[in-house]
Amino acid sequence: MNMKANPSWISVCHIDEIPMLGSRVVEHPSGNIAVFRTANDTVFALLDHCPHKGGPLSQGIVHGESVTCPLHSWNIDLKTGQARAPDQGCARRFPSKLEEGQVFLSL
Amino acid sequence: MSKPKLIVIGNGMAGIRTVEELLLLAPHHYDITVFGAEPHPNYNRILLSPVLAGEQTFDQIVLNTVDWYAENHITLHMGKAITQIDRIRRVVVADDGSETPYDRLLLATGSTPVILPIPGKDLNGVLSYRDIYDTDTMIHAAKTKQTAVVIGGGLLGLEAANGLMLRGMAVTVVHLGHWLLDRQLDVAAGKLLEKSLRERGLTFLLGQSTAAIIGNAAGDVCGVRFSDGTEIATDLVVMAVGIRPNTQLALAAGLHCKNGIVVSDALQTYDPRIYAVGECVNHRGTAYGLVAPLFEMAKVAANHLALMGYGQYQGSILSTKLKVTGIDLFSAGDFMGSDEAEEIVLSDPAGGVYKKLVIKDDKLIGACLYGDTLDAAWYFKLLRDGRNISDLRDHLMFGESSVGDAGVAGQSRVSGMQDKDEVCGCNGVCKGTIVKAINEQGLFTVDDVKKHTKAASSCGSCTGLVEQILMNTLGTHFQETPKTKAVCGCTDHTHAQVRQSIKQHHLLNHAQVYEFMDWRTPNGCATCRPAVNYYLLSTWPHESVDDPQSRFVNERVHANIQKDGTFSVIPQMKGGVTNASELRRIADVADKYAVPLLKVTGGQRIDLLGIKKEDLVNVWADLGMQSGHAYGKSIRTVKTCVGSEFCRFGTQNSTQMGIDLETMLANMWSPHKVKLAVSGCPRNCAESGIKDVGVIAVESGWELYVGGNGGIKTEVAQFFCKVKTADEVKEYSGAFLQLYREEAYYLDRTVHYIARVGLDYVKAKVVEDAANRQALFERLLYSLDGLRDPWAERIAGKAKREFIPIKVIA
Repeated sequence: MNMKANPSWISVCHIDEIPMLGSRVVEHPSGNIAVFRTANDTVFALLDHCPHKGGPLSQGIVHGESVTCPLHSWNIDLKTGQARAPDQGCARRFPSKLEEGQVFLSL
Repeated sequence: MSKPKLIVIGNGMAGIRTVEELLLLAPHHYDITVFGAEPHPNYNRILLSPVLAGEQTFDQIVLNTVDWYAENHITLHMGKAITQIDRIRRVVVADDGSETPYDRLLLATGSTPVILPIPGKDLNGVLSYRDIYDTDTMIHAAKTKQTAVVIGGGLLGLEAANGLMLRGMAVTVVHLGHWLLDRQLDVAAGKLLEKSLRERGLTFLLGQSTAAIIGNAAGDVCGVRFSDGTEIATDLVVMAVGIRPNTQLALAAGLHCKNGIVVSDALQTYDPRIYAVGECVNHRGTAYGLVAPLFEMAKVAANHLALMGYGQYQGSILSTKLKVTGIDLFSAGDFMGSDEAEEIVLSDPAGGVYKKLVIKDDKLIGACLYGDTLDAAWYFKLLRDGRNISDLRDHLMFGESSVGDAGVAGQSRVSGMQDKDEVCGCNGVCKGTIVKAINEQGLFTVDDVKKHTKAASSCGSCTGLVEQILMNTLGTHFQETPKTKAVCGCTDHTHAQVRQSIKQHHLLNHAQVYEFMDWRTPNGCATCRPAVNYYLLSTWPHESVDDPQSRFVNERVHANIQKDGTFSVIPQMKGGVTNASELRRIADVADKYAVPLLKVTGGQRIDLLGIKKEDLVNVWADLGMQSGHAYGKSIRTVKTCVGSEFCRFGTQNSTQMGIDLETMLANMWSPHKVKLAVSGCPRNCAESGIKDVGVIAVESGWELYVGGNGGIKTEVAQFFCKVKTADEVKEYSGAFLQLYREEAYYLDRTVHYIARVGLDYVKAKVVEDAANRQALFERLLYSLDGLRDPWAERIAGKAKREFIPIKVIA
């Protein structure tokens, strides 16, 4: 995972609190954050705002390392936040990590 | 471990298309090396005519850039021809003497133009028309020379002649046949074509055979002599008399060839390590010279190269279109007709319109259109599908719009549309945008267009229009969407195959399905997962387990997501009947949660819009009503009129009938949404005629109608049967819905299902076979048995976390 220098990690929840191939919303003053869990227990965090028309990515179907926005079915790469081709756009990503089952975000 | 080596000989459309298909199936299986004799990456050969005519440039027709090969780790040798295949040592030898070993070899050597064996064929200024080199030579020649003779009045010859004429040359077309395009058109259409090309300035010599090409002292072309002794002067000769499969390499390597490299239905040659695709092959005795078959071959060859081993190429039906701007002609199938076949002909020579349809055994077997080709795509579809056209016969000649099956608002006339006209109303995509994407990005299928332009990717009602645009833009090279389509990009299996495997092999969860059916992705995608989830649930009720993560958000949270991320809540109101207490609670909820909009729906219920997700469970609890399922691929509502209890015309108690049906079908999942209505008399106030199951009460009982809907494309329900008692209404409509639940493909409404299997089939299963009807009805009741109201379950605590956001204490 690409981590910035000295990120201030915040514990958000235990991984079991996020459904496998699903996500949870973390409320944040500057916009909600969607935290995703893949089939092999990797966690990713993106701004809960599709680059297309602002749909809540947290409500989409998670598959592989992608999520499909529930509004108009754009596919967003969880790792980078980039829309998959041929769509273009990017949802802001936040560094995330998993330590002893605890999910941390750097906001 | 090193990977097996795949060598592709031929860097053209067939070879590279196969590589592309292979990369989709098995991206890392081979080390791939491509040899191409031309010093260019893969370009779109079918667009050479627009390049010659000055309508496009070479850069615009490149399909795969050099970077594409690098990105996919393909070693590309451009301008390097293979001279020998050594099958014993399994190496290929290039013209620079280098040897490259292979484990699998793909021959895609294409075809070579036929050069007439006549004196003078080697003079300067005698060209063929095959590749970008020929095209450039012609463009160059047109700058300095004035007159040209094109030998051959076929597709390629006419396109070459048109291009040279547009570049300022005086062109004469010499053709052995008695009318132009004699392999694509009948004589009447051929004569019309000749007339309009003459008007544009081309000259024709028909029924003439060329005896010799005459040169001057410098060895340049100066004229052409015919077998009747006449001569004409010319500066340039283009031979376009046909193509021949390029089998030189294969023959030298001892592979069986006979007018092409002979291949099996797996596109395998007589050497099992060697496959061949494209214009160089002979499949079941046919060598194809058009692009559409290449794509079908590429899919099959890739399937076998990827070791999947079940693809089968069964030959292609071809259609023809001339790429000369402003000339509309089309032919397909057996358009010449025969004694056993019938013909329907419309001929208007003055108006420049001619249409001939050839029919045999109530099926369209051929079509030849000139001047008006708007319905070409439709005829071609009827032809390929082999559909029985007896019911359309009266209207067949007048096109798709005359049979009332023409997409939204009867708009079937794509070629009459302006570039700025909207094709896809959901995503606001205009015709010009689609045409541009097709030309610039090299799109060939409806799926390609969906991905790149978003047209036809939402409600899908414009799919037919998009197909027609593809057809008009690509002409001959349009690849029709196959009727039996793979579920999605994760698999090659169709909906039918997935259903069957789940049933036959007792598959009970997603992982088993993906494993058993060799899914390419670890856990599917947003397209296949909901479909698989439905097939599991409907095939094995009470055994398979519902996977909420495979459901679209609406079905997961039991409310309908809105554009701002809030939800709409529609409580159940059976038959549209409510009472003061329910209305009071709805009013209280609206006040308590400051609901921004309260609205009466078309299904006779009340919609509370703008509810936040975290409030959903509390809203449901405060309402104290059940879910109306207004968000799912499920039973929606049963609309009713007041019926005999109050209405002076009512013949039966339609309101109670509606309430009973809605009670019976509560919580039913289905391939798509299901709507019912019950009307108390034939005045039909509940609009039963546009419902999946519509019931109309009459004095002597109940009439049942099926397969209607008022959605994307309004469909009128068809009469199903008439029954006497209320119990029969339940049994017949329940059995019909169960048949639909068991057999329809995911996201097919009842109308689509009935269109696929036929109303007669459905009647045979439900109306005529009493035992089968009862069995179906019992299976329906069994699968609905014990299902709980999803709102009540969540009020009781199910899936609690779904609705609670995480708060971070900063």
